[in-house]
Amino acid sequence: MNANVTAVPSHHQPEGSDAHDQRALGFWLYLMGDAVIFGLLFMTYGIMVGNTAGGPSGKALFSLNNAALETALLLVSSTTFGFASLASRAGNRPAVLSWLLLTFVLGAGFIFLEIREFLGMIAAGAGPDRSGFLSAFFTLVGTHGTHVSVGLVWILIMSGQVFLKGLSLPVTSRLFRLGLFWHFLDIAWVGIFSVVYLPGLL
Amino acid sequence: MFGKLTIEALPLYSAIAASGALITVGGAFVVFVVVTWLKAWKYLWTEWLTSVDHKRIGVMYIVLALIMLMRGFVDAIMMRAQQAMALDAGGYLPPEHFDQIFSSHGTIMIFFMAMPFMTGLMNIAVPLQIGTRDVAFPFLNSLSLWLSAAGAALVMVSLVIGKFSTAGWTGYPPYSGIEYNPGVGVDYWIWALLISGFGSTLTGINFVVTILKRRAPGMGLMRMTPFTWTALCTSVLMAFAFPGLTVACGLLALDRLLGMHFFTNGQGGNMMNYPNLFWIWGHPEVYILILPAFGVFSEVVSTFSKKRLFGYESLVYATAAIAILSFTVWLHHFFTMGSSANVNAFFGVTTMIIAVPTGVKVFNWLLTMYRGRITFHPSMLWTVGFIVTFVIGGMTGVLLAMPPADFLMHNTTFLVAHFHNMIIPGMLFGYLAGYMYWFPKAFGFKMNEPWGVAAFWFWTIGFYLAFMPLYVLGFMGMPRRMEQYNDPTWQPWLLAAAGGAVLILIGIACLVIQLAVSIRDRRKAADVTGDPYDGRTLEWATSSPPPPYNFAVLPEVRDREPLVDMKERGVVYQRPRAYEDIEMPKNSAVGIVLGGLAFVLGFGVVWHIWWLVIVCGLAMWVTLALRASDDDSEFVLSAAEVERIEDARYRALGNQVGSRP
Repeated sequence: MNANVTAVPSHHQPEGSDAHDQRALGFWLYLMGDAVIFGLLFMTYGIMVGNTAGGPSGKALFSLNNAALETALLLVSSTTFGFASLASRAGNRPAVLSWLLLTFVLGAGFIFLEIREFLGMIAAGAGPDRSGFLSAFFTLVGTHGTHVSVGLVWILIMSGQVFLKGLSLPVTSRLFRLGLFWHFLDIAWVGIFSVVYLPGLL
Repeated sequence: MFGKLTIEALPLYSAIAASGALITVGGAFVVFVVVTWLKAWKYLWTEWLTSVDHKRIGVMYIVLALIMLMRGFVDAIMMRAQQAMALDAGGYLPPEHFDQIFSSHGTIMIFFMAMPFMTGLMNIAVPLQIGTRDVAFPFLNSLSLWLSAAGAALVMVSLVIGKFSTAGWTGYPPYSGIEYNPGVGVDYWIWALLISGFGSTLTGINFVVTILKRRAPGMGLMRMTPFTWTALCTSVLMAFAFPGLTVACGLLALDRLLGMHFFTNGQGGNMMNYPNLFWIWGHPEVYILILPAFGVFSEVVSTFSKKRLFGYESLVYATAAIAILSFTVWLHHFFTMGSSANVNAFFGVTTMIIAVPTGVKVFNWLLTMYRGRITFHPSMLWTVGFIVTFVIGGMTGVLLAMPPADFLMHNTTFLVAHFHNMIIPGMLFGYLAGYMYWFPKAFGFKMNEPWGVAAFWFWTIGFYLAFMPLYVLGFMGMPRRMEQYNDPTWQPWLLAAAGGAVLILIGIACLVIQLAVSIRDRRKAADVTGDPYDGRTLEWATSSPPPPYNFAVLPEVRDREPLVDMKERGVVYQRPRAYEDIEMPKNSAVGIVLGGLAFVLGFGVVWHIWWLVIVCGLAMWVTLALRASDDDSEFVLSAAEVERIEDARYRALGNQVGSRP
């Protein structure tokens, strides 16, 4: 063993904020990988948007009201999550729980609207197996919806942790990463709104 | 109840397929019996399968890789034998079986031999080289391993239950679509790749964070070893390229399962999107696999020439340049698809440009050896063999980079010869060099050298004999993947290639014997110093095998070659005055449980056993949620315990230290 090595102070060890930093960086990398997935799905949608194979196009299927309402719900839910993060920093446990609950309700509303839209389209004979365009649409929007649903389950898990364990260091660290995830989905949705719904309707 | 699974799924359609299944089941049974006979299940479970120690995970990755190397090689020699005798339909394999064999050969060698081998070497060496106690996310590391193993297990199971894909290792639609391939083979392929690919993404993230955040004090980026640099670039590529594979395979799965039209002939499908998606991952993958091998060569050439690596900075920049350029060349895999001349020209030029940084590295290695004191350890032989052979492969690659030439040689055995000429010396030789180089670090005794030398010569000569004829056959117009042919002028070359495969078989036998002999002679070859080659980097500063915490006191780095620097200052092997408590990650069964569930889930999807898929999916969620709520995943190794382990080491070192310079 070598030993010029004056003993290294223990705060170099992975505990406390070092561990949090590493996990945050790791999670950022995961999100960037996820962004690659969304990027490729956007690209695929872009090249398939005209491939309707005689079936309906976006103009006939999309509802601006529905998409606008979905957007509003998701954007507001990002704001409410922001308040949950602020409350977590202030150490206010009841406020964290209420904001998380509100975020959950808004996110669940978004998912409800999306599922209603999907079911309506499928009932009208415009399911994902109808044309290349619809395959790309359902997959892109559905991948986002799946992410939001995962986020909802995660919000429930984190609410349970906040309720049972309080705002301990590991819990707030996880809450931070959940926040990154939730805001990331907002950005992805803004992309979907601008690339899928607006050009489809205008 | 069992979806599409019936008794028909057993491979009774041919005697050869049935015996393959029998060997697989028999092999698993023998392992089971031996472990039970040794009463080693508990040891195996607590010390290895649930371990989150990067060194043990690395060893398990390499065990997986070596097993899959055998399986992949059996496929290879079966293909060579078939083509050697297949003039005028004279072979012994029916087309349906032959097609499965070339598909599984490619899939296994890339995903379940090369990837685990590379990941295993990174696991063993990187944390030690950067002077840290473990990777950033030890549990995730274990999960990645078991997801890779789950993918490999799906491929192996396809030998016994059902059939494997016949669509080649790239699985191009529309042939791999449900319309032309309604069986389960392509599904096995898709789910093996999706599951193991997710594990690789996690590995990439893990090592980027480990290397960026956990280096020993004083180790700036430009003091990292070349292997760590290549591992960093590879990890970045893994984190950002593997999502491309997830998308390509995921969309193909949607086409097959839900009747979507991403890549179908009709209904607005666009099958040309698939090669784009696949190779956006696939070309970076080439460099994911080859960069760490370049790293190994750099370590080996410097250690066994007893010199600092020549042009370290240029090698680092070349590595980073290759990593970036690797995302700009994917279209050269399908010049013939019919993009415009300008598009093809652009990708032809980028492909030639990427040869430049690779050429830089060749000069780094050559000039490191120049006027060095070279020891021909087997690792060094692999390196020299690599340099010579790889340059030939590189030149044929530049030939193929020209679209007009590619139009002629596309899909011929010239291409097969080219990429094997890159992969075998460029990756496999590098991994084998790393395996023999770090073996004493992982186990505390040196490998037998004569058998390693023999393996090297059989592999190298076998390689030339097996693949040079394929270049010729490519020029003669022989397409790849042919189950039979009727041109008698091809046969002599194919017979020669089969002879090469036999030499490689002997090379593999030498590797097995080398391992057996090394284990037999382990006491004679024991290395208590932890530094068998007069090493230059930090992994040689700790004992072999290293203690669970790697370094009792984290080393302080003052030079690019920290161990050389410490030796010059005379501070190696000095016992520190005091030790402190060390926090260690607890072992966890969650990784292997999730891997097992992923395997069953994949199996359920392949056979459309939907209740099983739902049960496994839910179980995975619950397991993950429990793990995500666990705040008690570490334990403290007391200073007294550390002192006990270290003192034992210093006692063993005792009489050796004085005799060293």
